Amino acid sequence: MKKLLFIALLVFSSAVNAVNLRWAAQNDILTLDPHSQNHATTHSILQYTYEGLTRYTKDYKIEPCLATGWQQISDTQWRFVLRKGVKFHDGSPFSADDVVFSFGRIKQPQGTNQVYVTGIKEVRKIDDYTVDFLLEGPTPILLRNIVDFRIMSKSWSEKNRSQNVQDYAKKEEIYASRNTNGTGPYIIKSWEPDKQIVFTANKSWWGKLDGNVTDVVYTPIKSDQTRISALLSGDVDLVTDVPTQDVERLRKDPKLKVQDGIEVRTIFLAMDQQRDELVYSNVKGKNPFKDVRVRKALNMAIDREAIRRVTMRGLSIPAGLLIAPGVHGYEKSLDTPWKYDIAEAKKLLAEAGYPDGFEFTLDCPNNRYVNDEKVCQAIVSMWAKAGIRAKLNAMPFANFIPKILNFDSSMYMLGWGVATFDGLYTLQSLVRTKTTGADGSFNLGRVSDPKLDNTIDAIKIATDPKARDALLREGLLTTRDQAYYIPLHHQMRPWAMKKNVGISYSPDDRPQARFATVK
Amino acid sequence: MTLRQLWDHDLAWSFRRSPVTIVAAAITLVGVVAAATAPWIAPQNPLDLAALDLNSAFLPPAWSESGNAAYLLGTDNQGRDILSSILYGARVSLVVGLASVLLAMLLGVSLGLISGYFGGRIDAFIMRVADVQLSFPAILIALLIDGVARIGLSAEAHDALALGVLVAAIALSQWVNYARTVRGSTLVEKNKEYVQAARVIGRGPLAILGSHVLPNVIGPVLVIATINIGVAIITEATLSFLGVGVPPTTPSLGTLIRVGNEFLYSGEWWITVFPGTALVILVLSVNLLGDWLRDALNPKLR
Repeated sequence: MKKLLFIALLVFSSAVNAVNLRWAAQNDILTLDPHSQNHATTHSILQYTYEGLTRYTKDYKIEPCLATGWQQISDTQWRFVLRKGVKFHDGSPFSADDVVFSFGRIKQPQGTNQVYVTGIKEVRKIDDYTVDFLLEGPTPILLRNIVDFRIMSKSWSEKNRSQNVQDYAKKEEIYASRNTNGTGPYIIKSWEPDKQIVFTANKSWWGKLDGNVTDVVYTPIKSDQTRISALLSGDVDLVTDVPTQDVERLRKDPKLKVQDGIEVRTIFLAMDQQRDELVYSNVKGKNPFKDVRVRKALNMAIDREAIRRVTMRGLSIPAGLLIAPGVHGYEKSLDTPWKYDIAEAKKLLAEAGYPDGFEFTLDCPNNRYVNDEKVCQAIVSMWAKAGIRAKLNAMPFANFIPKILNFDSSMYMLGWGVATFDGLYTLQSLVRTKTTGADGSFNLGRVSDPKLDNTIDAIKIATDPKARDALLREGLLTTRDQAYYIPLHHQMRPWAMKKNVGISYSPDDRPQARFATVK
Repeated sequence: MTLRQLWDHDLAWSFRRSPVTIVAAAITLVGVVAAATAPWIAPQNPLDLAALDLNSAFLPPAWSESGNAAYLLGTDNQGRDILSSILYGARVSLVVGLASVLLAMLLGVSLGLISGYFGGRIDAFIMRVADVQLSFPAILIALLIDGVARIGLSAEAHDALALGVLVAAIALSQWVNYARTVRGSTLVEKNKEYVQAARVIGRGPLAILGSHVLPNVIGPVLVIATINIGVAIITEATLSFLGVGVPPTTPSLGTLIRVGNEFLYSGEWWITVFPGTALVILVLSVNLLGDWLRDALNPKLR
C-alpha cells in the first residue's frame, strides 16, 4: 500500500513538474540534418537541439554557447575556447574534433548552409578544447555568422554513416536526416512529418532554462483557419504564422494575447537572368529579364501600397531594399519602393521591344510566407494591366524549394530572412554571382554583376566600420537601381498565444522554448 | 406528338399538380440559363485579370453600409465581383456535373447491358468490379483517380486536362449505379418474347441490345441520372474545395467556397456564404426534380 502511494505520488509530482508548450505554425521542417537546408522553419526547430559556438540572447546580442570565450589572434585568426563537460544527447562528450568535423560537413556542396561559415578557410584543432578559425580575410561579423553553424557529434555521425550532408534536392535520406544528436536544451523525441515534433527538456544540458517549459510539441498546421481554431479551442498554446485577416479578432479575445513585431524578412520576386532563353515564357531566342528596362517595368507595375493595405491588412512595409528594418545596413531613406506607374511601365516595355507585353510563369510557394499565394495572385492581376501575362504556378514549399534549387523556374517568389542581422548576408546570398559555396547560395536567378561582386567581396573583409557601411550602402543601392530583384515588402509577423504564455518576440520569427514560461 | 398530347401526358399532368416541382424546375432553368449566358449577363469577367482592382477588394454586399452598387454581392480578396464569380462558377459546376453524368451513364448502361445480356464470366467480372468499387465511398474513388492523374501527367498537362480528369473521376465513381440497374432490367427483358423473336429472325446481339432492350430499360436510368446530377455537382464542389478539382484559378462553386472559407473568422462572410447558398439552391432544385421524376415514373407509387 505504501509502495502504491509512493508510485501515485511520484506520478502525480512528475505530472505537476511537466510544463507543456504546444506550438503550431504553418510549415513542417524539411529535414533533421542541421547542415542540409537553409530553411527558416528547419533552423527554428533544430536550434532546440543543435547548438553553435555562439548564440543570441533575448535581445539579439551575441553570447557564448559551446564556446566559452574567444580571442582574435590576428585579422584572420580567431581562437575559440570550448566549453568543457558538454555531452551530446547520446552521452558522448563534446570536443574540438566535433567542431572540425562539423565545419568540414557544413561546407559540402550538396547542403545550402555554407553561408554560416563564410570566409572561414580552415578550422584547426589546437587541443581538445581549443580551436582556431583561420579566415580568408578579416570577418567582422564572424560571431554572428556562426550562430547557425551547428555542431554535430563526429563519432555519432560516423557510426551512423552520416558524415556526408543529406542531398535534399535529390531526395536523399540518411540517418541524420531522420535522427538527431545535439547538445542543446531540448531533445527531439519524435518527428512525424506533417504531423508533429515532440521535444523534451535535456536534463543533462550544460545551461539553465530561462523559462519553465519541459515539453514542447510542435504541430505544423497548413490551413490557416484550422491553426487559429486550434488556438481558440485551447488545443495549442502558441501560434506563429498568424493569418493577417485574423489578427484584429485575436487581439479582441480576452483569453489570448498578440505579440507584434517586424520580422527581419523581405519578400521579393527573383528572375532568371542567366539563360539566353527563358524556360517558361513565350519569348523565344532572348531573355527579357536581362533587360534592365523590363525589370524596372515589372517593378513599377506593382502597387505595393494596395498589397499592404488589402492583402496584408497593414501588416507589411512596402520594400525597395532587399533588407528589412533591424538589419545592419538598413536606412529608411534608401528603402523607397518603385513608384507604381502603369503608364511608365508600359513605356519601358515598349522601349525594350515588348509593346504587347509577354508571357511567363511565376512560381510561388503557397504555404511559406504570409499570404504568399494571394500576394502572387494580386501581382499577376496588376501586371495584366501593363500587358504582362504571368501564369501563376503555386505549390507547397516542399515542392517549390527543389524546383528553384535546380534553376527550374523563370520567375519565383522567395523571402529572405537575415539570421546574422547584417546586410552582407543578403547581398552575399542573393546578389553575389553564384558559386558552389556561400557566395550566391540562393542567387537562383543567377544574377551576375562583376562590379557588384567586387563591392560584396570588399564588404566581407572591410574592417573599418565606416568604409564597410559605405560599401554596404553601395551594394544595396546598385541592387535596387538595377532592379536585379523585385522587392515586395518586409513582413510583420505577430504571434498569438494564450494569456498564460510568456515568450519574448524574436525578429527572426523563431520562438525559443528556453525563453518561454507557461503559468 | 403534338403539343396537346404532350400537355395531356402523364408526366405533364403530375408536373402541373406539384407546385414544389414547378418552383424547382423554374429555379433550375434560371440557374442553367444564367450560367450559360454568364459572359453576357455578368457585370465583370472574373477570368480577366486586368479587370480586377485590388483597391476594391473585400467590399461587402451592395445593401450593407460600405457596399458598392457596382458589386451586388460584394467582392472577394482580389477585388473580384462575387456575383460574376458565382455565374461563371455555376457554369463550370454544371458542365462538370452534366458531362460526368453523361459519361457515367454511357459507361454504366453499356456495361450493364453487356453484363445482363451475355451473363457468364463477363457478367461475373463486371459485377465483381462493381462490388469492389461500391465498397469505397465515391469521393474517395474520385480522389484516387485524380491523384493517379496528377502523378501520371505533368503539371501543365494536368492543368490543361483538369476538367476532363475531374469529369472522368466523377463518372468513374458513379457508373456502378447505372450498371447494376440496367443489368437487373436486362436480365428480366432478355427472356421476354420480343427479344426471343428478334433473335429468331437473326438479329445480332448488338442490334437487339440497342434497339430492343435499351428502350425498355432506360426509364429508371433517367431517374438515377437526374438525381446523380446533384451528386456530381456536390462531388465537384467537394473536390475543388479540397483543392484537387478544377485548377485554383478557375472559379467553380467549390473553389469559391474554399477561398471564402479563409475569411469567415474575420467577418467577410459574403465571400463564402453566397457561393455556398447558390450551390445549395442549385443542387436542391435538381434533386427535387429528380425525386419528382422518380415518383412520376414509378407506377407503384402512383
